[in-house]
Amino acid sequence: MNVAVEVAVRVVLVFAAFLLFPLVVGYMEHKAMAHMQGRLGPMYAGGFHGWAQLVADGVKFAQKEDIVPADADRTVFKLAPWIALLPYLLVLVVVPVGPGGLVGSDVDAGLFYALAVMSVGVVGAVMAGYASANKFALLGGIRVAAQLMAYELPLVLSAVSAAMAAGTLSLGGIVGAWRPWWLAWQLLALVVFLVAGVAELRRPPFDMPVADSEIIFGPYTEYTGLRFALFLLAEYAGIVVVSALATVLFLGGWKGPVLDAQLGWLWTCVKVLFVAFVVIWLRVSFPRLREDQLQRFAWMGLVPLALAQLLLTAIVKVAIS
Amino acid sequence: MHAYLTSYAVVGVVLLVGAAFLAVALTANRLLRPHGPTAEKLTSYECGVDPVGEGWAQVHVRYYVYAYLYLVFAVDVVFLFPWATVFALAGYGGPTIVEMFVFVGFLVVGLVYAVRKGVLAWV
Repeated sequence: MNVAVEVAVRVVLVFAAFLLFPLVVGYMEHKAMAHMQGRLGPMYAGGFHGWAQLVADGVKFAQKEDIVPADADRTVFKLAPWIALLPYLLVLVVVPVGPGGLVGSDVDAGLFYALAVMSVGVVGAVMAGYASANKFALLGGIRVAAQLMAYELPLVLSAVSAAMAAGTLSLGGIVGAWRPWWLAWQLLALVVFLVAGVAELRRPPFDMPVADSEIIFGPYTEYTGLRFALFLLAEYAGIVVVSALATVLFLGGWKGPVLDAQLGWLWTCVKVLFVAFVVIWLRVSFPRLREDQLQRFAWMGLVPLALAQLLLTAIVKVAIS
Repeated sequence: MHAYLTSYAVVGVVLLVGAAFLAVALTANRLLRPHGPTAEKLTSYECGVDPVGEGWAQVHVRYYVYAYLYLVFAVDVVFLFPWATVFALAGYGGPTIVEMFVFVGFLVVGLVYAVRKGVLAWV
């Protein structure tokens, strides 16, 4: 009985975080972008600085007609939002929030699990692009696939660097082994991980697959109503997951200046939201990369950098142990 | 072994809860939304013009080459994970690093070869 209650509490907390954090990040994006561009952003919904804007958006989406194009592959078309969204929920389960088992589930090979499950989310976008039977959507879906292939590699290589430094694949174990000077040691890996993560989420400046001036909205062109909203939710959940993994692997997770044991969860939240802010900042600051630049940047830029970081990690690790 | 499986039990429960959440949301959505399909609404969107030909078109072969290159790397990178947890333990050390980087070096040579062959030139 006790175990059942404990599992229930963990599941509820993970699920609450999954519903809450994407909304916070989405709202932050509205406001941060607006202020960076000299606008106010949402101001009316909910009264205080438009805090309920995304809730209002959700209510609106829920009332929209659901259209499945006549030519589309209906089953795959309807299944795609599920495949796009659920993996991010499953990754959140293994992200440690605080010391002493404050985690959905302390999976032994947490890092391996997180990376494997996270990339499944991209398949949802590929499915959406293919099932829509729309030329723009198909092009977008194929760009998504090409982008995943290019950026998955630097993402995994930089994550391996953190695992090498800590000598474990457990996410909790990595945070436990983390020391502040790792920031300098793993700096390259952090940058590569963040850039590749942003690219894997297809966020600007890597949003070629949904480039509105070329292919409308890529794989999501034919989607309407709630299914469309689920894809948007998946994007923000993805930002949360990538930020959380960057926090855990490279920024020391729950370790803060004071009171790690009591306030660990707060340090984690602050770091996650800060990384999410950087992701939003990138969107405002950089123009979209062209498809060939995007591929070149991954294969000729990030992969060699990540390999160099692996070498550095290995040598330093053996030297100090 | 028991504890190992228990750690994945939470994952399974979360998956079920998430799927249930989506099912409930989509069912509620079915009750809330209007439903009035017309032939125009159901055509594929091509900027307001009637769609020409099929939506499923042929794709350039370069995607295949990229996929191939990725597969080669990704399969090999998996071997880095178990290695990463043990290479600094007593009894491994220097030679283990050299071995792994000989292995990774072969991959890099492959990448350089692909670059020299012009495979990574997009257009």
